[in-house]
Amino acid sequence: MNFLLTDLLPVLPEVFVLTMACTILLLDLFLADDLRYISYGLSLLTLVGAAVITVATFNTMPVLAFSNLFVDDTFSDLLKLMLYLAVAVVLIYSRSYIQTRELYRGEFFVLVLFALLGMMVMVSASHFLTLYLGLELLSLSLYALVALQRDSRNATEAAMKYFVLGALASGMLLYGMSMIYGATGNLELAKVAATIPSLDHLDTVLVFGLVFVVAGLAFKLGVVPFHMWIPDVYHGAPTAVTLFIGSAPKIAAFAFVMRLLVDGLGGLVSDWQPMLVLMAMLSMAIGNIAAIAQTNLKRMLAYSTISHMGFLLLGFLAGSENGYSSAMFYVLVYVLMSLGSFGMILLLSRAGFEADQLDDFKGLNRRSPWYAFMMLLLMVSMAGIPPTVGFFAKLSVLQAALQAGYLWLVVFAVLMSVIGAFYYLRIVKLMYFDEPTDTAQIASHADMRVLLSVNGLAVLALGILPQPLMALCSHAIKQML
Amino acid sequence: MLFGMPLLSLVIWLPIFFGVAVLVTGDRNAFAARWLALIGAGLGFLAAIPLYTQFNLVSPGMQFVELAPWIETFKINYHLGVDGISVLFILLTSFTTVLVVIAGWKVIEVNVAQYMAAFLIMSGLMIGVFAALDAILFYVFWEAMLIPMFIAIGVWGGVRRVYASIKFFLYTLLGSLLMLVAFIYLYLKTGHFEILKYHELSLSLKEQVLIFLAFFTAFAVKVPMWPVHTWLPDAHVEAPTGGSVVLAAIMLKLGAYGFLRFSLPIAPDGSHFLSGFMITLSLIAVVYIGLVALVQTDMKKLIAYSSISHMGFVTLGFFIFNAIGMEGALVQMISHGFISGALFLCVGVMYDRVHSRNISDYGGVANKMPMFAAFFVLFAMANAGLPATSGFVGEFMVIMGAIKVNFWYAFLAATTLIFGAAYTLWMVKRVVFGAVGNDHVEHMQDISSREFLVLALLAVAVLAMGIYPKPFTEVMHVSVNNLLAHVALSKCGACAW
Repeated sequence: MNFLLTDLLPVLPEVFVLTMACTILLLDLFLADDLRYISYGLSLLTLVGAAVITVATFNTMPVLAFSNLFVDDTFSDLLKLMLYLAVAVVLIYSRSYIQTRELYRGEFFVLVLFALLGMMVMVSASHFLTLYLGLELLSLSLYALVALQRDSRNATEAAMKYFVLGALASGMLLYGMSMIYGATGNLELAKVAATIPSLDHLDTVLVFGLVFVVAGLAFKLGVVPFHMWIPDVYHGAPTAVTLFIGSAPKIAAFAFVMRLLVDGLGGLVSDWQPMLVLMAMLSMAIGNIAAIAQTNLKRMLAYSTISHMGFLLLGFLAGSENGYSSAMFYVLVYVLMSLGSFGMILLLSRAGFEADQLDDFKGLNRRSPWYAFMMLLLMVSMAGIPPTVGFFAKLSVLQAALQAGYLWLVVFAVLMSVIGAFYYLRIVKLMYFDEPTDTAQIASHADMRVLLSVNGLAVLALGILPQPLMALCSHAIKQML
Repeated sequence: MLFGMPLLSLVIWLPIFFGVAVLVTGDRNAFAARWLALIGAGLGFLAAIPLYTQFNLVSPGMQFVELAPWIETFKINYHLGVDGISVLFILLTSFTTVLVVIAGWKVIEVNVAQYMAAFLIMSGLMIGVFAALDAILFYVFWEAMLIPMFIAIGVWGGVRRVYASIKFFLYTLLGSLLMLVAFIYLYLKTGHFEILKYHELSLSLKEQVLIFLAFFTAFAVKVPMWPVHTWLPDAHVEAPTGGSVVLAAIMLKLGAYGFLRFSLPIAPDGSHFLSGFMITLSLIAVVYIGLVALVQTDMKKLIAYSSISHMGFVTLGFFIFNAIGMEGALVQMISHGFISGALFLCVGVMYDRVHSRNISDYGGVANKMPMFAAFFVLFAMANAGLPATSGFVGEFMVIMGAIKVNFWYAFLAATTLIFGAAYTLWMVKRVVFGAVGNDHVEHMQDISSREFLVLALLAVAVLAMGIYPKPFTEVMHVSVNNLLAHVALSKCGACAW
């Protein structure tokens, strides 16, 4: 393996994020508590800098680096920009929450940046090993983030569960990859894809490997039957960390599936399609039905994530360019809605009060009509009702699945989304129809209030004008395939 | 065009714009919110008038058309237009909005701005449904209007408002989503969402029947047809007066309109294939729901069942496939918009004074509120289908149409003239006439000038339509004939299953 200086250009954003993460790690040791805002500011600057570098090094054609381990294409650039945006929003939303819970420390920022680095590597991977490397960097950072609140029993338990199940899933993924390596003799995605047509698509080792890979992917996405960790981790982790887990990593997981299943194992589409059909159905059913029974909003949103990931699979299983770009649109929209919903919990929380029970949203319209309206928009969008963008996300995956001929699956999905509408409406009901039980003033930083309003309005604005984002997604997918 | 503005867009977005403005005014400034809402509703109605005055009576095509690309990825257009079938409903919607704003003037005390805004925004969205010529645009308006209605019922409604609002929302959503699947199917077949081009699309009988059934779930729930009507009595009873008026006067018409714009022209053979089924459901609604209305003890519930029964007439008129029946059904829709709206407003007037909807809590209201009693009796008579009121015209035309097809259809439909009279007049007798029933009635004040204005406007509309219906029927005439000619043509040749 030769090292070429030109290889550094495509990985410049990653190098920058890594350097800055290490700098912040060292610098933070010498900062007094009241100067902690320097770490926070530097982390935000890192994201801005990475965005600038990503845009500046933009190539219209894909560039491979490090002996084809790494690829820099429009798809990865676009997703990286979305990652920076999501992580920046997470940092801004989390600030007052972590300040009041003794989490406002260098570790938080450094772990978030390392997780970001892992996601960036996943998004740009063109080799099984790079994919795995990125995934592990992300996962290990997340395990530590969940456990960051050391005195909390719930958080520790969640971290433990997450770690054990996550390690198991990584093992399965690695096992699957090794079998595919055995069958194809390659670890590079493009070469694997090139070898597959020459093999029997019922080749036992290959298909066996595929099953393990899909199981590993399903775990990372959080689809049934590999969803067990989601409710516990979402519920147990500090809300700021839940916000993080529920947003940016979904984009990375999407890229992971695209790279692995579509780029690498696209030739086995007829083998993985039925698996995805089954998982999509189970996720939509179990996610939506279990969400009804929840009284904790974080847990409810966890089950709602599971059902949304089921919808996301509808886009993948269509197995067409149209399907992949609708899945990409769906995941970006989902992240936007997820950021907003967890952001609302953070907005209402204060020292010693988590605001994560459904009843904490009672009478919000009396306390703050504006934020009640923002939450209304977010919930309506989650339920997929126009004029919010959630509707267009659902529309695009449904039409992709119908185009692939899955009429009954589409009808099933539609019925499940009626069930889903019920629990989103319940939040609206609590906010608008009930009397408030908590009358405290909503206190939070102005930057968060503004950003949360922008987030809520974006759900509406993108619902009225979804074309630019849709066009961007289909452009990125077109170039990648 | 009006002052260089595209007219239909203006009629849709003006109330929505004012609704947002009212929302921004906030609940603290109730005075400003009320006046701003009234100005918005009034301007919306004024803007809609040119749609009628400049309407070309001899053209069967779409008029006031606006077309602009909206979402190129899916070839979704911002495509608006009206024909003789939809134009009257746009006028009805903006007219009703003015009444709703006035009717809620004093009655609504909490969250005034949000109440007014909800109804203004809803009004714009409903007009959008009537004007949309792109399936997704239609769907967006169709679903979006559920949100303000959900909130209106849930916030300002009665005791069981939460149950009623969620039931209303989920019922309608379930139906609509299956319609969405049908839209996507048609999109994948044609590559566009143009409703008018779907009309020309040839489809096999099997496709047509499935598409018809998908549309049926959406529209039948909205109409509502028996047996998916159960959300309506709940929603009506619990909704605030304005909500009941909008529901009865306009939302129910959206379902019936959907049959005319989608089911019949897109799936004509499917419609003929299932016409027996549709007529049966319609007649069950007319007869059975009429009997159910007879035993109600709650006035709002009685009017709600009466609405379902009258809407049975509308769907009957559509599926007998002749001009007089269909025009009768359309007249019935407009007329029912006036009458049911008026009756709900009357119940609202009494409810504001006594805080009860039970018939047994009243008696002898005429002694204390003579002016009100006169209006109430007039609207009740119209509801029973008395000649010279608008209620008579539509029912008579539908019965005429039905008798051309089958004597027994007409016979069963005509029973409504008896049952309708029975439940309406019996209610009036128990509420309005007789000796003063109790202390509450003793202290009732006659209607204020504001309430008088609202009821008088409706009374004029009901009588005008009953005595001289031509201005209404001539607008729809060409479009109805065009639609019937289209539905008579088969889309699938031999039409093997």
